[in-house]
Amino acid sequence: MPEALLDILAFQGGYNTSLVLLSTLLLGAGAGPVGVYILFRRRSLITDAIAHATLPGIALGFLAALLVGLDGRSLPILLAGAALTAALGALAVQWIRDKTRLAEDAAIGTVLSASFGLGIVLLSVIQNLPVGGQAGLDSFLLGQTAAMNAEEARIIGIGSAVVLALVTLGSRAFAAVSFDPEFTGSIGWSVRLIDLAMIALALAVVVVGLKTVGLVLIIALLITPAVAARLWSRHIATMALLAGIFGALSGYLGSALSASLPNLPTGGVIVLVAAAIFMVSLVASPRRGIVAAALVRRRIRRRIAMRQALAALERGESVARALRRRLQRHGLATRDGGLGAAGSAMLQRWRRDERLWHRYIVEHGTPPLDAYWSPPETILLPGVVAALEAAEAER
Amino acid sequence: MSLTLDAFLQIDLPALVAAVLAAQICGLLGNFLILRRQALIGDAFSHAVLPGLVIGFLVAGSLSAPAMIAGALGAVLIAVVLIELVRRYARVEAGAAMGVVFTALFALGVVLLEAGLGNVHLDAQHALYGQLEYLFWVGPATWSDLADPALWAELPRGVVVLILALPVVALPIALLFKEFRAVTFDAAAARQIGLPVRRLNALLMALVAVAAVAAFDAVGSILVIAMFICPAGTARMLTDRLSVQVWLSLAVATLDAVLGYALAAWAPTLLGAPFSVNAAGGIALVSGLVLWAALLWAPRHGVVARRRRHRHAASAVQP
Repeated sequence: MPEALLDILAFQGGYNTSLVLLSTLLLGAGAGPVGVYILFRRRSLITDAIAHATLPGIALGFLAALLVGLDGRSLPILLAGAALTAALGALAVQWIRDKTRLAEDAAIGTVLSASFGLGIVLLSVIQNLPVGGQAGLDSFLLGQTAAMNAEEARIIGIGSAVVLALVTLGSRAFAAVSFDPEFTGSIGWSVRLIDLAMIALALAVVVVGLKTVGLVLIIALLITPAVAARLWSRHIATMALLAGIFGALSGYLGSALSASLPNLPTGGVIVLVAAAIFMVSLVASPRRGIVAAALVRRRIRRRIAMRQALAALERGESVARALRRRLQRHGLATRDGGLGAAGSAMLQRWRRDERLWHRYIVEHGTPPLDAYWSPPETILLPGVVAALEAAEAER
Repeated sequence: MSLTLDAFLQIDLPALVAAVLAAQICGLLGNFLILRRQALIGDAFSHAVLPGLVIGFLVAGSLSAPAMIAGALGAVLIAVVLIELVRRYARVEAGAAMGVVFTALFALGVVLLEAGLGNVHLDAQHALYGQLEYLFWVGPATWSDLADPALWAELPRGVVVLILALPVVALPIALLFKEFRAVTFDAAAARQIGLPVRRLNALLMALVAVAAVAAFDAVGSILVIAMFICPAGTARMLTDRLSVQVWLSLAVATLDAVLGYALAAWAPTLLGAPFSVNAAGGIALVSGLVLWAALLWAPRHGVVARRRRHRHAASAVQP
């Protein structure tokens, strides 16, 4: 059914479907940048505790709505309950980390499993209550499979738009804290407050995404696009923008795919699309991808081999035929396999580069591996190179 | 649920045994994981096994234990390789790398299942909270029936897998306890005295994988996570000696499992409600509450005791 899929992608798949598409697109767009800042603060997995801690809140929200005579399925009430217990969960993680001898990872695991356990117990009590409407509660675990109604999609869309607006507004503060918390504190901004706002936004993403993605997988929208963006850029603003785009794309493509194939759960498909974007980044990113890294390694290996071969020719030794051919192709060896003038000059230049890099290491520490195999002029500022040369000449 | 003897033997006993064994196997390894700040490995593994189980089921065409265990172990292996790749290339902390990998694998499992490739005993709900309620032991009606070897052959598969997994996990820990202790507390020093640190780390990860896979089928991912962390965390609050901590954690794991199961299976009945609640959830909840109690009231390291000490110290300095 590719035509149906194309219709849906063009927002022609009916009002409800288009609304869901738009709301998940906005959700992903907001989640991406929040995830980048959280990644830089090394708090990615605290969102897993927050997400699992929503379950008791959903159950309590349902029960509270029943008690006051409202419909238990009312999304705002359920999400309010979810936000409440999720916030308690986040506080509990911080409390355990700060006040006891257990580390943050153990704190996260404890809060996650205990609150989820409480949620399951409450849900199984609710399943046995003589009231209606509890069947839909399960969908908060793994997200919605059937179409959701326009009212709910609208709530999710508005919530996502608010998150996106807030993270855009706060991006300077978040970037500052992520990049250099000490400096941020020193100019009078409260690091604690900014961190708190960051966690609050992550919580908002989790709560808003519960209905579509489900609490088990929602953290993927916060983590996966952010890590994928990190493969493409090292500037935090670019990363935030890229993660937003990746997240939006995951939400948009994922919910369109699951709408065209009714059996597929939206949450799972969205997360798989995010994972696919990540895998492409991991393999193909020109900065840090697996292919790029392999190419750099090959270039370095060849360079070392050629350098050693030139030195061998200089000593009057012979080198393997394949290597000699490669030198000849580059004009670095003469036709009869000797060291020509060009080869000799190249060897001198490489030796000079190596001396300068050694001096650099003595004075400044290790440069990145691929830098070492490039002429210093292409990496370092002219002044630094001149200083290194002067230091070498002095010796 | 009625509290008759045959119901106990056929429904509650196998579930209790499975819960206690799963709790002990995971709790034992948790001692090392929480000290190494790797507590969330259990979280990652127990989610990552899902697509492996589904594919094992598809390949074997039935819920055959060997095929599904092989699939699950394969999935964990893939997860480990992927986590390492993500860490190395994206240069992010282990937690974020695990988050990327386990959500992707779990999502794959969920999509495969919802696309209609699972069956009634293999669905996403079971993956989360296990099937303690479905471990029926058809046969024993009275205590004396337990002496009948023919009935033991009918023991539910999940229980059998856990019984086999216990020595697989416990023996290496018992035999190499000093070595594991050394690499856990000070890997650099362990390397200095010539211990094969990398191999010991790999062995520990392999044992964690075995534990997660063996327990996952019976108790689900949420209880696996709880048992990797809560009993060992409780024990850590109570002692500074690792050997004592290990024994305490086994005791706490047993207590958590029995109390949690009792709360879930019997407490509602005793309170007059005509149903029982989810056992895996009940055990996870109880293990969290027990840990919480230890965090607050542990004799030396608890928050209350610490605060009291601080107050004493403060009043001692004041004139």
